[in-house]
Formats: sequence, structure tokens, C-alpha cells
Amino acid sequence: MIQELFQQVKSRVAMPIISAADKKVNVPTDLLWRCPRCGNVVMMDDYEKNHKVCASCSYHSRLSAFERLALTADPDSFVELDPDMKSVNPLEFRNYPKKLEQLQRSTGLRDAILTGECTIKGHPCVIGIMDSRFLMASMGSVVGEKIARAFEHAAKLRLPVILFTASGGARMQEGIISLMQMAKTAGAVSRHNAEGLLYITVLTDPTTGGVTASFASLGDIIIAEPKVLVGFAGRRVIEGTIKEKLPDDFQTAEFLLEHGFVDMIVSRHQLRRTLGHILKMHIEKPAGEVGENG
Amino acid sequence: MAKTAQPSAWDRLQIVREKTRPTATDYIPMIFDRHYELHGDRCFGDDHAIWGGIAKIDEMPVTVIAQVKGHNLEENKRSNFSMPHPEGYRKALRLMKQAEKFHRPVICFIDTPGAFCGVGAEERGQGEAIARNLMELMQLRTPIVSIVLGEGGSGGALALGVCDELAMLSNAVYSVISPRGFASILWKDPSREKEAANLMKITAPDLVEMKIAEAIIAEPAGGAHMNPPLMASNIAEYLRSTLLKLNKLPIDILLQKRYDKFRLIGEYTE
Repeated sequence: MIQELFQQVKSRVAMPIISAADKKVNVPTDLLWRCPRCGNVVMMDDYEKNHKVCASCSYHSRLSAFERLALTADPDSFVELDPDMKSVNPLEFRNYPKKLEQLQRSTGLRDAILTGECTIKGHPCVIGIMDSRFLMASMGSVVGEKIARAFEHAAKLRLPVILFTASGGARMQEGIISLMQMAKTAGAVSRHNAEGLLYITVLTDPTTGGVTASFASLGDIIIAEPKVLVGFAGRRVIEGTIKEKLPDDFQTAEFLLEHGFVDMIVSRHQLRRTLGHILKMHIEKPAGEVGENG
Repeated sequence: MAKTAQPSAWDRLQIVREKTRPTATDYIPMIFDRHYELHGDRCFGDDHAIWGGIAKIDEMPVTVIAQVKGHNLEENKRSNFSMPHPEGYRKALRLMKQAEKFHRPVICFIDTPGAFCGVGAEERGQGEAIARNLMELMQLRTPIVSIVLGEGGSGGALALGVCDELAMLSNAVYSVISPRGFASILWKDPSREKEAANLMKITAPDLVEMKIAEAIIAEPAGGAHMNPPLMASNIAEYLRSTLLKLNKLPIDILLQKRYDKFRLIGEYTE
């Protein structure tokens, strides 16, 4: 009984329930922003100035690949890799090509990931940014191929790789070919790794399924943004299996940190600086030389 | 035999879900001259969904890793309906690294609806365990042969499926998600699973055509359960010839071919 009470209190603190009455208040979407986690309403300007982080509960809202790039890379340093790669329809799944075309128009992307070379605080690296607006950044042939090429390109130039992950998992519409992208990307990570090069993963909201079960979990250093969802199986699938409701903090960045699967949680405001520092600590030195770090 | 159309993906799914279909632990004593089970991941526990051990085929020592299905409720409880936890994948990896150390080929038998979805599995890093296997298997310096016995389900199957050669029993299926899951996610209608099964390209001939599988091992008429000793002997024959072939390749060439096999899977334009 008492335990139940505590659980209720905890759930209200962690993720307050927005009542139906609250939802009825009309929020002019172009002027105000309402946090989907805590219901807090702020001026859109302030929300955007705060890098789309909720000032009240620090939920790190999803960013487009272009917004992420602007927050991370040095201005004008980005050169895109494989900008024209597009998916085909291996299962001849109805409406898949149409859906892709629509998303290409609305997002300005060809598929769910942007890859390229850039500098961060002056340090060169290969960067990949997944965009959840594009079919929940599911991994099909294009995502798999672009990631594999990004690692191979980085290995050739002896550059570190930074990947911002977000994904609902494998792209069902491409069937078993999408599953095989997990092996392909993990293989590319292993070759880059064998060259002694740095790979940093930044887990963003949400990172799940086949992406968690391949390259997202293989970084030398794994960073997560606060409060983001990271897991293998979907929450509803697990609830269906165990027939009970899961705690609110299940599969959050904080949950992963506690269980030893994340190195650190870094807020969006500190992320560029942190990445710059870590890149600097891994600058290759001539053999035999031991230099000062940081 | 009278001319009949190839069984559909749905027909094959019914055959592999037959309760009496043999599982890896039925085949192991029939295929190998001697076998010892080795337990545990040395971190957390011993997962009964995965059988791991050492065995001999034609005087050649090999490491065997197998997903185990039960024939009844009690056996299925023990093997968790062949849905491994992270410790199962970590046991598999431990034994594969051991195989590398002693220059033994690795034989994986895949037969799972998928990795287990549960609280403990998440707490102990199901995603990390699968990812680690994919990465390590790609670099494992010994031959790896994987055989799909029945159902190859998603990442839970792939964690034993990064290999030099993938073979499928002729009725086996291998897919990114179960046909039921596919219908449920993409059509919001799980009852359309038959339609999904026939659309998803999950059969052995489909996978050979897509260059994901290299070989099909013939099942006895009616399916493997009609004659398990014959099925075991077909598997053994395949293993003998394949291991002979793979053992002849210099290890660096083998690894390059393994990498290229997966590297080339994907369909896109640019």
C-alpha cells in the first residue's frame, strides 16, 4: 500500500500528468511552446534561445539534423558526404516511395541521416546526425550505407567519428536488408576501432531497437542528453510481456547511467564544449611522445 | 514427385512452428561425435536459451553455440521460448573468443523469435550485448558458420549470424521482425500476418537470392520433424564440406570476405 503511494508520488514528480482541461487551453503554436513532458508553457523565442530545452523540467526536445549541426559544428566548416543517396523499395511495399518523397520535401533531407566532415572548436572530425522527423530515423539501406562510409572515410583520413543517434529501430519497409545494416555498421565501427581511432556516441531522444543494438552502443565514449529515451525493446512491448506498468524513469538516460551503459549525461548547453575538450584529448601524437592532455 | 508449387512463406512458417520440429539439442548428439556443454557468461549467470560448448566433427574440434527451443511447456520455460537475455549473448561471445584462442571453427545454430524483451534484459543491456557480438564476430579470427534451423528473428538472431557462410534449412525463415509484428506496426492490423509473411521475403530461396544466405540444406519431405536423423545427417554433410573449404582460406582473406559480404548488402541509388 505504502509502496503504491510512493510510486504515485514519484510518477507525478517525474512526469506530471497533463489533465484534459489543461489540454483545452489553446496554445498559439507559433508564439508559445508547451513541453510535452511537464506541460510548462513558454514563449517560443525563449524556448528556441534555450536550444529547445524545457526550462522547467530540462527535457531535451528533438532537434532536426540541421539544428543539431548548427549547435555543434564550427560555422561554415561542414562538408556533406554522400548527399544524393536515396532509398529504393526492395519489398515493393505499397506507398513507401510516396512516403519517402513527402518526407524528402518536408525535411530537406534525402533520408534519416546527415553525414559529413566538420570541425568542432577547431578539431576536425566526421559527424553523423540522425533526424527523427524522417520515418522516426529508422535504419534502412541508406542510413546503414552512409554510416559505413562515414567510418571508412574517417579511418582513411585518421579522423574521429561523432554520431548523434536517434531511431525507432530497423526500417520495416526494407525487410531483412534493414536488419543486415546492423552488422554492416558494427563492422565499419570495428575497422575504425582497430585503427586506434576515437568514436563518440551522443544518444538523443529516442534511441531504440536495432540502432541501440548496433553502432549506438559501441562508442569509446557514450554521452546522453538528459531525460532522453534509450532502450532495446519498446516500452509497450515490455509492458505487454510482464503485464504491469513500468516506472517512468525506465529506459531514460539516467537509468542507463545507473546501470553502467552510458559514460556521462551532458546538457545541450555544455555539449559542444565537452565534445571539443574530448576531441582535443584524443589528438594523435607522434609515436613515443607523451603529451599534456586537455 | 509430382510437380508442386514451392511452399509459400506462410506454409513454411507453419512447418517451422510445428511442435515436434527438432531443436539444436536434438541435432547436436546426432551431428557431433562428442560434445561438452560449457556454462555461464562469467558476469551474471547462465542463460538456458543458448547452449554453448565444444564438440568434435570428423576428429575436428569445434565450438558450438545454439539457441534452444523446448518441445513442451516445461522445456520452454527453461529455455525462455528460445529468447536469450544479454547473459546468453555474453556467454556466446566468451565461448567464441575461446574458439579463436584455440583455433577452432565456430558453428552457430539460430532458432529464436527474437532477443527477450523484459525489464532485466534492459537493465543488463540487451542492446549493448547484441551490438558487442556483431562487432566482435566481424573480427573473430576463426571461421564462423551459422545455420538457421527454424525461425531467425531480428537482432536476437543476427547476434549469432555474423558469419563467413549462412545456411538455412529449406523451410527456415529469417526476418527483421515477425510477420505478425510487421502487420501490426505497418498496417495496425496483426491479423494480416499471413499477407505480411508472403510479402517480406523471408524464405531460404529469398535470402539466397538477396545474397544474405549462401546455402540451403534440404529437409526431409514434409519437414525436418518427419525424419530428424536424416535432417541431422544433411546438416553434418554440409558442415563437413563447408568447414573444409573455410579452413583452407588464410584468415586475413576470410575476414575481408566476411566484412565484404555484409558491407555489400543494401539497396539504394545516388
